[in-house]
Amino acid sequence: MKNWFKSGAPWVWLNGGAVALCMVMVVGLIGLIAIRGFGHFWPADVVQLTAVERDGTEQQVLGEIVRSEVVPAAVVRDSGYEIAPEQELVTRYLIKRGNRDISARDFNWYLEVGMSEWQNPIDAMVIERREWGNFYGYPVSLKENGDVIARVQDADFWPQVQERIERSLDLHDEINHLEKVEIGRINHKLERLRLERRGLELDGVDAATLAAADAEFAAERAELDEQYRVVKAERDELYRQLKRDTLTAEVIDGSEVTITLQNIVRLTRPNAMGVFAKMGQYLERFWEFLSDEPREANTEGGIFPAIFGTVTMVIVMSIIVTPFGVLAAIYLREYAKQGPVLRIIRISVYNLAGVPSIVYGVFGLGFFVYFLGGSLDELFYRESLPAPTFGTPGLFWASLTLALLTLPVVIVSTEEGLSRIPSTIRQGSLALGATKAETLWKVVVPLATPAMMTGLILAIARAAGEVAPLMLVGVVKLAPSLPIDGNYPYVHLDQKIMHLGFHIYDVGFQSPNVEAARPLVYATALTLVLLIIVLNLAAIRIRNSLREKYRSASD
Amino acid sequence: MLEQTDVVEHRDAPAPSAATASTDSLSGETGAQAPNHKQTFDQAEPLAMENEKIKLEVEGLKLYYGNDQALKNISLQIPEKKVTAFIGPSGCGKSTLLRCFNRMNDLVDSCRIEGKILLDGDNIYDPSVDVAELRRQVGMVFQKPNPFPKSIYENVAYGLRLQGVKSKRILDTVVENSLRGAALWDEVKDRLHDNAFGLSGGQQQRLVIARAIAIEPEVILLDEPASALDPISTLKIEELIYELKDKYTIVIVTHNMQQAARVSDYTAFMYMGDLVEVGDTDRLFTNPIEKQTEDYITGRYG
Repeated sequence: MKNWFKSGAPWVWLNGGAVALCMVMVVGLIGLIAIRGFGHFWPADVVQLTAVERDGTEQQVLGEIVRSEVVPAAVVRDSGYEIAPEQELVTRYLIKRGNRDISARDFNWYLEVGMSEWQNPIDAMVIERREWGNFYGYPVSLKENGDVIARVQDADFWPQVQERIERSLDLHDEINHLEKVEIGRINHKLERLRLERRGLELDGVDAATLAAADAEFAAERAELDEQYRVVKAERDELYRQLKRDTLTAEVIDGSEVTITLQNIVRLTRPNAMGVFAKMGQYLERFWEFLSDEPREANTEGGIFPAIFGTVTMVIVMSIIVTPFGVLAAIYLREYAKQGPVLRIIRISVYNLAGVPSIVYGVFGLGFFVYFLGGSLDELFYRESLPAPTFGTPGLFWASLTLALLTLPVVIVSTEEGLSRIPSTIRQGSLALGATKAETLWKVVVPLATPAMMTGLILAIARAAGEVAPLMLVGVVKLAPSLPIDGNYPYVHLDQKIMHLGFHIYDVGFQSPNVEAARPLVYATALTLVLLIIVLNLAAIRIRNSLREKYRSASD
Repeated sequence: MLEQTDVVEHRDAPAPSAATASTDSLSGETGAQAPNHKQTFDQAEPLAMENEKIKLEVEGLKLYYGNDQALKNISLQIPEKKVTAFIGPSGCGKSTLLRCFNRMNDLVDSCRIEGKILLDGDNIYDPSVDVAELRRQVGMVFQKPNPFPKSIYENVAYGLRLQGVKSKRILDTVVENSLRGAALWDEVKDRLHDNAFGLSGGQQQRLVIARAIAIEPEVILLDEPASALDPISTLKIEELIYELKDKYTIVIVTHNMQQAARVSDYTAFMYMGDLVEVGDTDRLFTNPIEKQTEDYITGRYG
């Protein structure tokens, strides 16, 4: 035993064990998120079954099995079900039966006791709707302006339905474009006119000039109003067309409902689909998740604005933190006189990295948003007061707060990079008659770029995952528009953004429909992890190519 | 005494040392030529400092690192367009003295200097001297090759670009001439825009020399330029030094006495911060005046 200890083998086992444990945790974490997140997009089969209710009546149920669990029979008995006395454990199933507009609860538990066989009726359809969540039921007929044009028995029923759904989706896209882009542009111009007018007023120009300007503004406004009328008429016409088709469907309890096609996002019959069709469906839904806007209080639809917001924020943060961090590090390492004062400064900077992030959030809100932003509004955006422009949380302040948060990381790694550059290289440049500044910018700084990239990588990893401070300085649960669009000045630094980290929190804990939101939490978490990995890989690639370029000098 | 004869032999005919052996096999021509040249020159007119034009003159130089005195009252003359070697055991101050000539010691915070160094009669430690300008006149090559993380071309053009030369034509000409001057052109002419780190150690060192001569200095300081190189590269550097002395005043610090004997016209022996003896290389190695010099070159210490 003693010899075994002396041989060093226990250390190897200890170290290996630690690594193994870490790997298990990493793989387990990613695996859990991936399975729960990815599973959400698979079109599950629709089952029809009969279950026994509390009062002994039988009930027809149509929906998707979400999960099952085993509970003690006593608990179930207490809640009023009749269970045979010798039974100790009962299995129950959570079934997503949708139809929130008809029956209040779209998720319900059913006991296995007294449950009939599960059937997978081939005609059962799932409709993803813009409102009220999913619909589960059987189709009856398709109507155009109230006249039946196809019944479910007809051979061309399904092609007709799909074709008309596509038409309504196209119309919907057009309307969306008109509202978001065209009307958005007109509104933006109108708002700018209003601000210009107000600006003139504030500048105190004389009445004659103001009147002249007013006339001009009125002309422009009239023109914009005219444009608006045209666009609005176009849009109303589209809306009218959209109302044309309806689908009549039968709910499981026998009643009939009418669904306008404009309300349908996707209609599928999972039981009629083969594996490949399901895969296609899977990819379609996954893509929708990545590229669409959220619906129904973020519990449905996609997360594109959150991805976009996160990426934009990280990029703006990088643009702010890199020059500041690099310049500060160069000063600390190359120019500042090494001594006690510098040591204190350095310790302070290093310790900034340890300050809890929410503290930065409070600081950002108090100093950046209210003080700096308020002052900026006073100076440059007086015409829109009392509505704040920069005096309210927004993209720029969120990025700036995160830049402050990640500054120490960039400074520390840049300093390390600078200190690793061999003095012979500096002397080589100085010996050729270069000044200190020339040596620094032409030789030393390029050599230190891999280290700067390392700092930036760490900063990005930290910033993209940060949530707490962002809740205070610019991230909201639903932003009406993206921070980059086609309206001047194209990048709206003052706008509020959505963020994946906050989206997870919001969907998971602030959502009115917990069961519907649960898979989205995992899917969003997975997206966030993937996004950070992608951002990091991009930065690591850049760093490695820089390293390759400056290979042997840093050896 | 045995050691000493060995050294002399070296200079007269190829001796069985590794460096010279490879000379014969690889580039015997130049290797054998270099010493011969010198011999004929020696016979025609024995070297004597009095006959030389003096390029650099050190007057009563004292140098302190904090409280430690590294150089003790050095006075020395360095003749123009000749190779002067500094030899001596480690820590004797020869590199420190070398670095005084282009004020590289300024970079050391605790370094303090008394006395004068005259370059063409002007004190380089005068407060009015522009250090960058001085370093353009007095170039330096270091022990370890230190090319910049740029292409071969940009390495050589670096000094000129600092001076604001932008013309592609001028740069091309200077780069080619400098690389030819450093006997590197034939090896790199097809890959001028490759990274300089791709070169071997010996090529890198010649690149650094090319970089130094690209700005046409008057003096080139070589701080053990071959100590990190293999024998073949060492030999090439030595040949190069021999060719360069036609145009430049060269001061070389070396640990290798044979190298000093091979390449230099004058040799200064330093010990513990003192300049012990200086003189014509042949004379110093064959017939040293000072006991310390003799002890050192015969291998009693160092």
